[in-house]
Amino acid sequence: MGVRPVPGIVLEISHLHKAYGQNTVIEDLSLTVREGEVIVIVGPSGCGKSTLLRCINALESNQGGEVRLHGEPVLKGSKNLPEIRQKIGMVFQNYELFPHMTVLDNIMLAPVKAQGRKKSEVREEALALLKRVGLETKANSFPRQLSGGQKQRTAIVRALCMHPDILLFDEVTAALDPEMVREVLEVILDLANQGKTMLVVTHEMQFARAIADWVVFLDDGRICEEGTPEEFFDHPKTERAKKFLNTFTFERKARQPKTI
Amino acid sequence: MDWEFISTNIPLYREAAVLTVKIGFAGILVAILLGLLCEIIVYCRIPVLRRAVAVYIELSRNTPLLIQLFFIYYGLPKIGIRTDAQACGVAGLAFLGGSYMAEAFRSGVEAVGAAQEESAYSLGLSRMQTIRYVILPQAFAISAPAFVANVIFLLKETSVFSAVSLMDLMFTAKDLIGLYYNTTESLALLVVFYLLILLPVSLLGSVLERRLRYAGFGT
Ligand SMILES: Nc1ncnc2c1ncn2[C@@H]1O[C@H](COP(=O)(O)OP(=O)(O)OP(=O)(O)O)[C@@H](O)[C@H]1O
Ligand SMILES: [Mg+2]
Repeated sequence: MGVRPVPGIVLEISHLHKAYGQNTVIEDLSLTVREGEVIVIVGPSGCGKSTLLRCINALESNQGGEVRLHGEPVLKGSKNLPEIRQKIGMVFQNYELFPHMTVLDNIMLAPVKAQGRKKSEVREEALALLKRVGLETKANSFPRQLSGGQKQRTAIVRALCMHPDILLFDEVTAALDPEMVREVLEVILDLANQGKTMLVVTHEMQFARAIADWVVFLDDGRICEEGTPEEFFDHPKTERAKKFLNTFTFERKARQPKTI
Repeated sequence: MDWEFISTNIPLYREAAVLTVKIGFAGILVAILLGLLCEIIVYCRIPVLRRAVAVYIELSRNTPLLIQLFFIYYGLPKIGIRTDAQACGVAGLAFLGGSYMAEAFRSGVEAVGAAQEESAYSLGLSRMQTIRYVILPQAFAISAPAFVANVIFLLKETSVFSAVSLMDLMFTAKDLIGLYYNTTESLALLVVFYLLILLPVSLLGSVLERRLRYAGFGT
């Protein structure tokens, strides 16, 4: 059994319950994310991965349980929700950049307007971050002038510039052409190496294995299995996990010798 | 065609045109603000006001401007609110235009979509900041064509102002016809002056639309 280190707790999800009408999507789910940890969530389509991430920053209301960030409850409708959300960075599958603003304005909007930081200071940081992800020449471009990979890197910088305590990634490469997937994954890998705390939903198993400190396998809105990447990918315990992992491997049976 | 009649009466029409433009644009300005206010109330789902807005929009869209003007001009003094003809014209146009503007903004806001809103919220922007910096700028651009169409529609509606004895273009034409029976000349002048007001607005509108389309953010 792999051992999970125990530094400070950043995010605590306890007994979370989420339903759309009669349809239960997340059921009694508990998960703790610690400082500097990278947790990867995998699972079949429709198992509730996106819903889980959206419950964490209260884009969705829940029907039971709670989410705490550094001990503070994240509650839909609470007065300090915008402040708490500033500490939870989220990157979406479809980027969701603001199309009427340049790359730089996209990044600077929330730090300046929501956090009240100084424009000059934010601009400097934004440009440094853009440089880091190879987009220094795109600061004054509009989103429509960027490739998918560039848009997603911009979205990551936008989240980073808020200095969040945790970053949530929801299948951020799913909408990208294959040749752009790598440039985005490398940015995320770089963040992991910097010790950022992250919760990553992905369908890229190689990447999951490389980046994860801990893998959580979600099925039908529950945690079905969790463990270190080695445990989970090499020795999955449950039948469901085995079946899920099998969908990513292709094998060809040895050719039958030709019979005449 | 009696050219002398035309040339002697041009100043009269010019004066009337100025009045029409003045009241027209004042009314449209108030209509825009009213429409914006209505849309913000609907968007923010403010409990009681939201109902009031729904009632107002139905009332405003389904009654002719003429009747609305009569109500304001003859009705309000009965309950002790005094209005002069000009204020009444502005109010009537604003009452009619507010609902059209609100509908234009609403379709713009709906086209922006929930994902943009969530993106802004996830960055920690407040509701008001989200509306101001993310939703409205995009909604304005999307609703520009409907907005321009409304402005032109409302300017044309000003032709019923004469009913509350405002000396606008229509009033002047009717007056001259009544006095001199120069129907052709009076109507020709009327048409020309309306075109003089509306053509530049149309042109400006299509330039605005084109600019916004080219700035077209899309994806
Ligand atoms: N707004 C909604 N209304 C009703 N049902 C919803 C809504 N959003 C999601 N669901 C349902 O909740 C379940 C979980 O959806 P979710 O998007 O979280 O899955 P997912 O694990 O992210 O899937 P994928 O890998 O395809 O992105 C699905 O069965 C979906 O049909
Ligand atoms: Mg999903």
